[in-house]
Amino acid sequence: MTILLFGITKDIVGSPTLSVPTLSATGKSIPKTVKELKEFLGETYPELNKLSSLAVAVNNSYANDDELINAYDEIALIPPVSGG
Amino acid sequence: MQHRYSRQTRLKSFGEEAQSKLAEAKVLIVGLGGLGLPVAQYLNAMGVGTLGLVDQDVVELHNLQRQVLYSEKDVGRQKLEVAHEKLRQQNSSTHFDIFDTFLTKDNALELIGQFDVVVDATDNFPTRYLINDACVMLNKPFVYGALHGFEGHVSVFNLNDGPTYRCLYPTMPSEQEIPDCNDNGVLGVVPGIIGSLQALEVVKLVTGVGEVLSGRLLLYDGLSQRANQIKFGAKPEFKKISQLQNAYGPSDCERVSQLSSDNFIAMRNSKQNYTLIDVRTPQEYDQYHLPEAKNIPLDQLEDSNLQWENPKEVYVICQSGKRSATAVKLFQTKYPNLQFHSILGGMNSLEAISHNI
Repeated sequence: MTILLFGITKDIVGSPTLSVPTLSATGKSIPKTVKELKEFLGETYPELNKLSSLAVAVNNSYANDDELINAYDEIALIPPVSGG
Repeated sequence: MQHRYSRQTRLKSFGEEAQSKLAEAKVLIVGLGGLGLPVAQYLNAMGVGTLGLVDQDVVELHNLQRQVLYSEKDVGRQKLEVAHEKLRQQNSSTHFDIFDTFLTKDNALELIGQFDVVVDATDNFPTRYLINDACVMLNKPFVYGALHGFEGHVSVFNLNDGPTYRCLYPTMPSEQEIPDCNDNGVLGVVPGIIGSLQALEVVKLVTGVGEVLSGRLLLYDGLSQRANQIKFGAKPEFKKISQLQNAYGPSDCERVSQLSSDNFIAMRNSKQNYTLIDVRTPQEYDQYHLPEAKNIPLDQLEDSNLQWENPKEVYVICQSGKRSATAVKLFQTKYPNLQFHSILGGMNSLEAISHNI
């Protein structure tokens, strides 16, 4: 599962993309919905939990929290940006 | 025929018809910074009939790396005045409506109501949410552009039944959550690219030529020269706004009201009624402070619940003027009906000016 990072999420993670392993070697369950993915990422990057609005896109379409995701999806984290 | 706009009117899918739509259009540009200037320059060059300009900032030296309409000699002048002057020279047939103000909840509906399209070229969340809400109330489309470092976002919100800014981002982020250009930095050319894309969307919107970026968010990354587009839909709950919020918080880049130490002393000597809050630590406060100052350390300010003796003017002081500016922002959010002023240079400059204090 590839995650594209935009705005402040790129700064938080320190890279423009992130790869989530599809088989869990750590015994942790693999996120199955957008909500679970946010929680999963929030454990590694707690700063992400502080964002009050964070849009998520699955395969280039905006996705609600309950949307199902799978290993082949391309996910994008798109927080609002303010500069001008 | 020699025609000012012939290079675009000869485009088959554009033509005289689109040109005359541009001439009839009224476009409001909110913010004359990195994004707003390319928007204003291109729309003005291309023959948009009426341009509204809103800004109350002053040109500063660190603006020049990205705000390319301004010159070194303009530093210290009003952006509105400089931009108006240069844009008039660029195209004498454009009608300009200039507004020497920031967009606020008190003037937003009246200003936006006079135009067909709004360009959000601001640099802070409170104004972006204000533009969104006012445009939804007035049923006007707005062309959004925003930056983060080497990255830019563009979309057209609230076009007919199309989605709004809140459909993507329902809740306004706090000031601490996401840094602005002043804190985060921006590469000079990036606002030029994003502002130009906004100008293009305005032209398409006004003339009906091409596909307007409604329901799609364009994400441009200057470092990789990659652009992604995200599709998103309208959420009915965000298409109905019956009134503006009471407060949109202080704009990040809107100036904190600052008062020079000279003016503060003059005000103090005039024996006006005022409240003075010292936001230094209790230790600093104990060493010395102005007799009338009440101590509320900056880190306790969020939890403080204040009863104002004088309800109108509140002055905030610290050692150098930095903490007091932060405190004024926090206070202003908490008590939007009061007027807070930070004292420039703080106790340091008061000491330098007067030993009588």
